[in-house]
Amino acid sequence: MNPIRKKRIYSILFVFLFSVSGISLILYSLNSNLDYFFTPTELKDRNIPADKRIKVGGMVLSGSVERISSSISFVITDYENSIKVEYEGIVPDLFKEDSGVVVLGNLRDKILFAEEVLAKHDENYMPPNIEINDDN
Amino acid sequence: MIKKFIHQFASPKTYLYQVSRFYKYIFYFSLVIYILSIIWGLFFTPEDFVQGNSYRIIYLHVPASFLSQTLYLAMAISSITYLIWRVKLAAYLIIAIAPIGAMTTFIALISGSIWGIPTWGTWWQWDARITSTLILFIMYLGLISLHNSFSNHEKADKLLSWLVIVGAVNIPIIKKSVDWWSTLHQSASITLTDKPSIDPVMLYPLMGSIIGFFGLVICLVLLSSKYQILHREKNKSWVKDYV
Repeated sequence: MNPIRKKRIYSILFVFLFSVSGISLILYSLNSNLDYFFTPTELKDRNIPADKRIKVGGMVLSGSVERISSSISFVITDYENSIKVEYEGIVPDLFKEDSGVVVLGNLRDKILFAEEVLAKHDENYMPPNIEINDDN
Repeated sequence: MIKKFIHQFASPKTYLYQVSRFYKYIFYFSLVIYILSIIWGLFFTPEDFVQGNSYRIIYLHVPASFLSQTLYLAMAISSITYLIWRVKLAAYLIIAIAPIGAMTTFIALISGSIWGIPTWGTWWQWDARITSTLILFIMYLGLISLHNSFSNHEKADKLLSWLVIVGAVNIPIIKKSVDWWSTLHQSASITLTDKPSIDPVMLYPLMGSIIGFFGLVICLVLLSSKYQILHREKNKSWVKDYV
């Protein structure tokens, strides 16, 4: 290959690596700030002030959902630690026990007072009548 | 012989004549495939066990998202080709692809928002996947307006190529965002390494819709590149013959 083109290839590689390393440094320093939510385990050793709004994500513990008129309470768990949530309002259709949820709210006395409850679904799609088998 | 073929095809004139020849076959072929897959996906596949009917927007959302990233990669390859070999056709392709890429990214964002309302309960959240896709959309718009702001085409082509290469780092970030950080968006259902986590009855129409959408978008790129060539080479005698 002629030397001019070789030089161009090197400069393209250089520019691309420069861009990659710059962005990597930024992402590395932002680290967990780019996470959309905390898990209950991550929250365990953290001191979050009561006036700070946080998002907590995990699964709705089965059997924990209690509805009293328009308010609802449930427990978010990551199967290691869990947090109790109190919420006044309507939850999304996909909200149910043993499925993913993300809650925005304030943490006071180990209870998350929610302003917003969002349902998180996973990447599995299948017809309703198929039995879920775990052998794969 | 391959070298000769590439050299011929890289001439805007040959490209234009070949495109005009094959365009309508690609168009009708992919239109039929896309329409059939959509009908199959909307009417002949069962509901999802969690999301019910609302998952069906997947037949638009996934093809559009896939294309938004693929088109950027195509721009990056054109940029490298242009910067190393100074192939004019590659430069025309970069700016021909950009608006189509912006369009597919826009469709991906809108269809994602529409999908988010019944499932997540929100149409917009600043999670890593959604935000990085918005950045991709803004990048496309930025590249287009940058190119338009130059009166000297050659200068614009070179600057654009460099910026496309710098911005290419966003593509792996979008792809891996759902694995690197916690996001509201679910992780990928179709990967190269694992068995798809989407049932075959939904997977086949999805594959069809991706192929059909891909072909339709290719047609748009062909039309747009045809326009670029005619515009940029308007003083050449062969263009006058063509028109």
